[in-house]
Amino acid sequence: MDVTLKIFRYNPEKDQKWHYESYTLEAEPTDRVLDLLEKVKAYHDGTLSFRRSCAHGVCGSDAMRINGRNMLACKVLAKDIGEHVTIEPIMGLKVIKDLIVDMEPFFDNYKKVLPFFINDSPIPADGKERIQSQEERARFDDTTKCILCAACTTSCPSFWGSNDYLGPAALVNAHRFIFDSRDEAAPERLHVLSETSGVTRCHTTFNCTVACPREIQITVAIGELKMAMVTGKLD
Amino acid sequence: MNTHQFEVVVVGAGGAGLMAGLYASRTAKTAVISKLYPTRSHTGAAQGGIGAALGNYEEDHPEWHTYDTVKGSDYLGDQDAIEFMCEEAVQAVYELEHMGLPFDRTPEGRISQRPFGGHTNNDTGKPVRRACHAADRTGHMILQTLYQQCLKNEVKFYDEFQVLDVLINDGKMAGVVAVELATGELHTFHAKAVILATGGHGRVWEITSNAYAYTGDGAAIAYRRGIPLEDMEFFQFHPTGIYKMGILITEGVRGEGGVLLNNEGKRFMDEYAPTVKDLASRDVVSRAMYIEMREKRGIGGKRFLYLDATPATVNKYAELDGRTNPDGTPYKVTGEQLLAKLPDIVDFCRTYLGVDPITQPMPVQPTAHYTMGGIPTNKYGEVVIDDKNTVFPGLYAAGEVACVSVHGANRLGTNSLLDLVVFGKHAGLRAAEFVKNAEYVPLPADPTAFSREQFDGLRNGSGKENVFDIGNEMKSIMFDDVGVFRTEKGMAAALEKVNELQERFKQVKVQDTGKIFNTELLNAWEMGNLLDVAEVITASALNRKESRGGHARDDYAERDDENWLKHTLVWKKDGKLVIGYKPVVMTRFEPKKRVY
Repeated sequence: MDVTLKIFRYNPEKDQKWHYESYTLEAEPTDRVLDLLEKVKAYHDGTLSFRRSCAHGVCGSDAMRINGRNMLACKVLAKDIGEHVTIEPIMGLKVIKDLIVDMEPFFDNYKKVLPFFINDSPIPADGKERIQSQEERARFDDTTKCILCAACTTSCPSFWGSNDYLGPAALVNAHRFIFDSRDEAAPERLHVLSETSGVTRCHTTFNCTVACPREIQITVAIGELKMAMVTGKLD
Repeated sequence: MNTHQFEVVVVGAGGAGLMAGLYASRTAKTAVISKLYPTRSHTGAAQGGIGAALGNYEEDHPEWHTYDTVKGSDYLGDQDAIEFMCEEAVQAVYELEHMGLPFDRTPEGRISQRPFGGHTNNDTGKPVRRACHAADRTGHMILQTLYQQCLKNEVKFYDEFQVLDVLINDGKMAGVVAVELATGELHTFHAKAVILATGGHGRVWEITSNAYAYTGDGAAIAYRRGIPLEDMEFFQFHPTGIYKMGILITEGVRGEGGVLLNNEGKRFMDEYAPTVKDLASRDVVSRAMYIEMREKRGIGGKRFLYLDATPATVNKYAELDGRTNPDGTPYKVTGEQLLAKLPDIVDFCRTYLGVDPITQPMPVQPTAHYTMGGIPTNKYGEVVIDDKNTVFPGLYAAGEVACVSVHGANRLGTNSLLDLVVFGKHAGLRAAEFVKNAEYVPLPADPTAFSREQFDGLRNGSGKENVFDIGNEMKSIMFDDVGVFRTEKGMAAALEKVNELQERFKQVKVQDTGKIFNTELLNAWEMGNLLDVAEVITASALNRKESRGGHARDDYAERDDENWLKHTLVWKKDGKLVIGYKPVVMTRFEPKKRVY
């Protein structure tokens, strides 16, 4: 099949302004959009720049807007996307070059929620694992899947409005620790989430949940965080 | 001039690099430099588990793990290092749990474990539950947990900096040179100790499970500076990659009861490995698959077979094998249970194949997966540069880039994550100890000269050659002739081809003349690394006239302990490739015929 890619282009060292370029190329139906971008780079324009690594949806490098929706380029096949594909950088973060955006505000927000395990109690006397029931482990399973690709956060109108808003990815990672029965720092994290840049800026548009390539039920997780803030309980 | 000074510089931020950074930074001024954001590292793609003899479901011992690893290595692994790793494994897994890693749990709330290829009860020879897992994203959990702990401990990161060169002055380590991707500026990192943790080079082959980033950077950089590479002929082809794409389907699928079937719908692994069947070592299973396909038993005559994990098939063979649960009841699974245990595998198959593995078999073929060889080190992560294991002062390597050697000629599943954690930690500790009493070695005059020279070559070539074409030609011939089965003729042709491609590579000219995120320049430079590594792999393979582990030759089909129970070392000297050897460390286990 022939596919035409219309790609957002911006080279800060040459271009006054961003523009689109179109490339028509032959594609196998099972080619990933990432494979097509690689072909453009190989045989049409070597300057096209984008991030990628694992190429199968687990490293989180290649989140981009594909026909208007945030996706990982390595998780969309040509046969599922049609013959005309528009590819643009994710929104709400500054474009550096072509499909590469400045990820620093995203990671800065992630770091604000204390995204690491905190338990200052002594480890079990036998030196072995802390005990956690299967039910306790299942409680936060969904939010351990996050790969920090930013597809959710950059689909969120509140984040587009202001990078101060922590955004869904940071909230997902807060959830991962707050609902871990072994962790002891839920109050500190809930305090961070209660600030004006926190969880109240989520207006439940569900964009994040639709965008998540890991199918994390993000709006549910944020709902649980809101409930925990209101009730002070982690049930 | 962008010059920085750190006592310890860690290159790479996957499992080994993060562990090294975490431990080195406790006492030494440390920086971790990575070409990717740390959470993009390839450790995150590891699926099935990390091996440790916790015995949470059934009897198990580190000594059994040690023996299994020695046997899995086809007796090429150094037994002192293997014993060290398997003894350390138990504490290493508990330490990860204490860092918050969300392992799956047993009904008693302990870390859950599953069977994996080559891991056995040494009394019965049957598979043992040794792989500690977190669904089928164990590597993801390890990578996330270690990165999180680095943030907690305020480890200094240089994200999206590509290291181009190691700086050596008077035979001692002086630092590294890196390019900052966002600006194109070169940075010199003056260091007392450098830990290379840059991962493997599976992108040499056409069908691969490896990330784009897996381009052998650390190995190529060190090799160009005179450091030898060890056992590069040994590369693992994982039996179950998604047909044509190479995406990994974890061995955990077979651990949970999945079986391989040929075009007659027949399970064939019982003929090749009567005791453990589908859970034999990866080299054994990959070869069996090639033989099946060669005998025209591939599905539809094509170069793939089926991996069947539908509950009906799993339950049928579990009953035939007499498999039981830990409580002694017959082993049976439902579709829901498989989905819960292997959610990512189900997702991959649905996304890339349009196949639902709960109701349909998965088309699979062996895929290039893991680098057993690499930069030679001892069990403390110190780089050793000759047959007498002479330590190179201030240089360390850990993880897939290193060859300790704990994997020998074939790695067991779950031992790569273990390797990262154990040797990343010890490299970090050892480097931090070293810098206490070491002085900074003066930087060489014009430290960035060699890096600039390499980039200038790629900017100023004639432009007659396209770097992607060169890459595709390399990947194709390496997969055909330096893959699962090898012959003298095929390897000789491959070596000639790789040398030709190295020459043609000099005619490459990148179009992008900019500095900001010049990914074209960086990708071209990475291709140069792959070509250099491919040359060492092929020369080492051509030289080893026997079959052992992942190195299987049609013309020398047997293992030859008399002549070849030794490690290969390859140096670059005066532009030429020089081959030498060093002995294998044997402690308790005499080589035996390897039967599964």
